[in-house]
Amino acid sequence: MRGADYVLKRLVFAVLTVFIAVTINFALFRLAPGSAVTNLARVPHATPQTRLALKRQFGLDKSKFQQYVIYLQQLAHGNLGISFANSQPVSANLRTALINTIPMVFLGTLFAIVLGTITGIISAWRRGTKAEGASIVTALTFYSMPTHWLGLMLVILFAGVLPTGGMSNEFLINPSFTTHVRDLAEHIALPALTLGLVLYGEYTLIVRSAMLETLGEDYVLTARAKGLKPWAVLRRHALRNAMLPITTLIALSLGYIVAGAILIETVFSWPGIGRAVYDAVLQRDYPMLQGAFLVLTISVVFFNLIADLLYFRLDPRITE
Amino acid sequence: MSVAVRQPGPVIESEPIRSRRGIVWQTIKQRPSATIGAGILLVVVVCAVLAPWIAPYDPHEQVGPVFGHPSWKHPLGLDDGGIDMVSLLMWGCRISLVVGFAATFVSMVIGGTVGVAAGYFGGRTDNVLMRITDYFLVIPDVPLMIIVAAIWGPSLFHIVIVIGILLWTSTARVIRAQVKSVRERVYVKRARALGAGHSRVILRHVLPQVAPLLIANTVLTIAVAIFDETALAFLGLGDPSRISLGKVIENAFQRAAISTGAWWAIVPPGALVAVIILGCSLLGGAIEDALNPRLRVAHLSARSFKLRPLVGRGPEAV
Repeated sequence: MRGADYVLKRLVFAVLTVFIAVTINFALFRLAPGSAVTNLARVPHATPQTRLALKRQFGLDKSKFQQYVIYLQQLAHGNLGISFANSQPVSANLRTALINTIPMVFLGTLFAIVLGTITGIISAWRRGTKAEGASIVTALTFYSMPTHWLGLMLVILFAGVLPTGGMSNEFLINPSFTTHVRDLAEHIALPALTLGLVLYGEYTLIVRSAMLETLGEDYVLTARAKGLKPWAVLRRHALRNAMLPITTLIALSLGYIVAGAILIETVFSWPGIGRAVYDAVLQRDYPMLQGAFLVLTISVVFFNLIADLLYFRLDPRITE
Repeated sequence: MSVAVRQPGPVIESEPIRSRRGIVWQTIKQRPSATIGAGILLVVVVCAVLAPWIAPYDPHEQVGPVFGHPSWKHPLGLDDGGIDMVSLLMWGCRISLVVGFAATFVSMVIGGTVGVAAGYFGGRTDNVLMRITDYFLVIPDVPLMIIVAAIWGPSLFHIVIVIGILLWTSTARVIRAQVKSVRERVYVKRARALGAGHSRVILRHVLPQVAPLLIANTVLTIAVAIFDETALAFLGLGDPSRISLGKVIENAFQRAAISTGAWWAIVPPGALVAVIILGCSLLGGAIEDALNPRLRVAHLSARSFKLRPLVGRGPEAV
């Protein structure tokens, strides 16, 4: 039953983390300079009724503790306030943005995992050769580049070949299905590639050091001594065991993916959650900023939980 | 990248106790990647420190046409305000490095203290501190930095604090693990038995042992701090009155350097940031590598496996 214990522990940890993030979120915006009323209910061009409704919904004239309780209640109902920028509910804005972000981030991360794993394994297996040197230098170089700058470099390189901004061509009128898909694919290429390249560098380094650690283990030596083919040693003995640290480290890199998404979406005007953060900062749209932070934190915590459970699946001994 | 020369020295315990004194300096001298990293950092720091004397032009003064092309007088051209790019980069380095070093200092103080306290005292202290670290580790730093910087308002001091208080988690974990193993060593126990107080044991026996690891971590954290500053500046959250490298990139992007075709205004600042981060990663990574004996398994990889027989290489080789 230790397994169930472990799962339960991770679940509690995830829920607690989200709760702490919610609390930080609440505290940060209530302690901000200016009163809570101006920070959260000062929706421009709003009718006095809307303003009054917001004040009542979030209890902005009550004590801080009462406000906190009310905030949690509203959150449980999915009410994140109203965006200053377009006077729409924050939750609706965030939903649209999230739907736009997911395919871009997914493609980029997939690219990075595939390429990074391959080069990482090669560079560990060929330790001390030119192949290792070359793949590490390349990986380190991409890892070192500021994400947004790499995006800008791709814009300079591919200007005229691929679209460098937005998600689709707005001048296409009633496009056929294939044209539409092609248009979307062209628009997603550069942002996804930027994310992929930055992460690929990091993943190569992670996979390489995890592989080096397992290649040093006795069972790998035994496998070799038994006369197994190098490929079998690599796949069945080394890589299998290296999967554990790789999974954890990739999960921990999710924070970077989130940061990368913010910078990349700003460069490529991709209307996703990162771009929403940028716009919210520019316009000091506090309710949007608050909501976006919450969504980002929850997604990172969620995928960390997945990684923890995956880890357990890969190695049931891990029950702490 | 580099394979250090490995001597099959005598092995005293399962975990070899090697002199850690001077390991940083040794690494720089012996590993090419560390030498390159240290060299890069040295050049950048010298340029940044000497900027007021060696920068060819004033970084606030218009010396030519807007987005002027690179020429003999201005090897990297001019920016959107007609300012010489070379001078701008030197001054930008200064601010970026100041932010990098100061934020890293803040996070090393926090991370080092938490790590040493958790590892040394163990038990409940360890539990509580590591729980807190776990939470900080999961909450995505950059969005939190953005929010805090947006609420507090952009200033150099705020940026340093914001970056500093969010980057300490990995340091705390690494240091804790190391301190835990040091604490169990015989000479530490002996010192305790002889009546040395906690502070003396920590300062005299534990800290010197974790110092190289702390240095490796410091170097790696500087890279992250500089990256974060660049990111914050790009999102318009940098100190508007100071030119950092991030600010230079942001200015070029906002003033349409790309559509004007002025690549020289946008390529060099980012490349410089990349070079600094590369230098830090090379140096920090090499020191970490040198401290981790488990990574030295060159004899097991495909090519060298056949070349070097394992006979007579001592237990360390296996």
